[in-house]
Amino acid sequence: MMMLLLVVFVLAMFLGSEIITKVPPTLHTPLMSGSNAISGITVVGALVAAGAGNQWFATTLGFLAVMFAMINVVGGYLVTHRMLGMFRKKD
Amino acid sequence: MLSENWQNVVFLVASVLFLYGLKGLTHPRKAVRGNLMSSVAMLLAILAVLLGKNPVAEGGGPVIDSSHWWVVLVALLVGSVVGSVLALKIQMTAMPQMVGLLNGFGGLASMLVAAAEMFDKADGIQRGIDVGYLSHADILPFTTATMLAGLIGAVTFTGSLVAFGKLQGIVKDSWSRIPARQFITIGLLAASVVFAVLGMFIPWNTFYWILCVFSLALGVMLVLPIGGADMPVVIALLNSYSGLAACATGFVIENTVLIIAGSLVGASGIILTQIMCKAMNRSLTNVLFGGLGTGTPVAGPSADEVYGGKIKATSAEEIAMLFDGAQRVVFVPGYGMAVAQCQHAVRDLGKMLEEKGIEVEYAIHPVAGRMPGHMNVLLAEADVPYDKLKEMDEINPTFPQTDVAIVIGANDVVNPVARTDPKSPIAGMPILDVDKARTVVMIKRSLSPGFAGIPNPLFAADNCLMYFADGKKAILDIVAAVKQG
Repeated sequence: MMMLLLVVFVLAMFLGSEIITKVPPTLHTPLMSGSNAISGITVVGALVAAGAGNQWFATTLGFLAVMFAMINVVGGYLVTHRMLGMFRKKD
Repeated sequence: MLSENWQNVVFLVASVLFLYGLKGLTHPRKAVRGNLMSSVAMLLAILAVLLGKNPVAEGGGPVIDSSHWWVVLVALLVGSVVGSVLALKIQMTAMPQMVGLLNGFGGLASMLVAAAEMFDKADGIQRGIDVGYLSHADILPFTTATMLAGLIGAVTFTGSLVAFGKLQGIVKDSWSRIPARQFITIGLLAASVVFAVLGMFIPWNTFYWILCVFSLALGVMLVLPIGGADMPVVIALLNSYSGLAACATGFVIENTVLIIAGSLVGASGIILTQIMCKAMNRSLTNVLFGGLGTGTPVAGPSADEVYGGKIKATSAEEIAMLFDGAQRVVFVPGYGMAVAQCQHAVRDLGKMLEEKGIEVEYAIHPVAGRMPGHMNVLLAEADVPYDKLKEMDEINPTFPQTDVAIVIGANDVVNPVARTDPKSPIAGMPILDVDKARTVVMIKRSLSPGFAGIPNPLFAADNCLMYFADGKKAILDIVAAVKQG
């Protein structure tokens, strides 16, 4: 299992590099805030920790993790959307 | 309830959507849709967990225990509300702080998830080893990933908080003058590594928490000495870390969507970091540990030698006259434009000049501002079309045909010393060749040096006029003068 996950990791890194080198400098800030929102994917792990019916301590850690990850996710996507809405071409 | 297989199908779809979403960001026209796709991917991933079966629990109960739904829903709600308020309230000029802060929260979340997993599993692993039920081969990958998630997550969290504090002006650069700073940093790094390795082989909660304490302190010490103009590198690097922390968490809970999404972010941050370092002709190590701008005196000619009697101050009226008969004007914005919040005034001036039949463009240096693409966002906010913003390599050959170059609050990125003096701290840094324009107007409050701490001979050049004023006031005065003339 671990080997398989490592393969996924390495391939995803390559794929990510390929795509991101093509992002023009104009969009670098939205790229950062948008990819920032994606890093909130850790919410998936947080939900399991918060909801799996563990002991109260683990549940508390999970609760905090879900909260912070969601600030990251919602804040990141919304602010990116706001920014991208401003990029216009010459009319 | 979704079976594990269906859950994995949804995760796969989400991963593909994340990729498509990022791909959309390669063009301003497709970017909004890309961002939406990426957010749909996130929603799918969250739903797949909420509605899924727990693959780890015996008997295959739901992931979310019925007694814990309220915990999950409250956390989701609170996080979403706080995130929305932050995103809608923030000013565009404060975007670097915002991104820094969000990075930190991502890192903290990963650290907490790993902590919860460690807390949940540590006892079981101990007992498992005792009764010979588990072999080390099963445990080591789990503990390694957990320790890594803790280390990276903690460094990301406090590092981002310090970066936020610096950008917000709460944390002062002078705070970094701690005696034996380098030793403390190296000591903290060593301690973090030691406890990470200990925790890998002896899965104790205590080791994890000690690791976190050291790593949290390490994050502070790493970012504290880094000065303002190097912030684009730091923000990009922390962005990368937040992705790698999520990635490590993916290894902890053996979940591919975390690994894929996390490594995309990790790759993106690393590439942006490289671009930023290249734009300053410095290595990452030099930016992180180099100490440029940390108060060390710089060798070279003094300000008096460079400027003595050669500075020509100008007025709004004189600048307005320069535009008569000009065919091409280029604006060069720097961090000063963000501070003065004068992007709208700049846009107005640009429009007026265009109405006079002058060609107007904007030259954007890759490290202008406090994060990658900072100037582009500000000018986009002011409704400047993105195709008028030109990258350095594209606009540099056009400066000899430019009648007036107006530099607003930028200094080091237009300092010709980078080309001429191999001993200068900014030697070899690619710069915008504004000195080749017929006339250069520098809008600046004083002759104070930029971040690199060296004088700028451009100010004393024959074709350079200094307009000493706050950026916003200066541009508004020029607009008024152009209207009258």
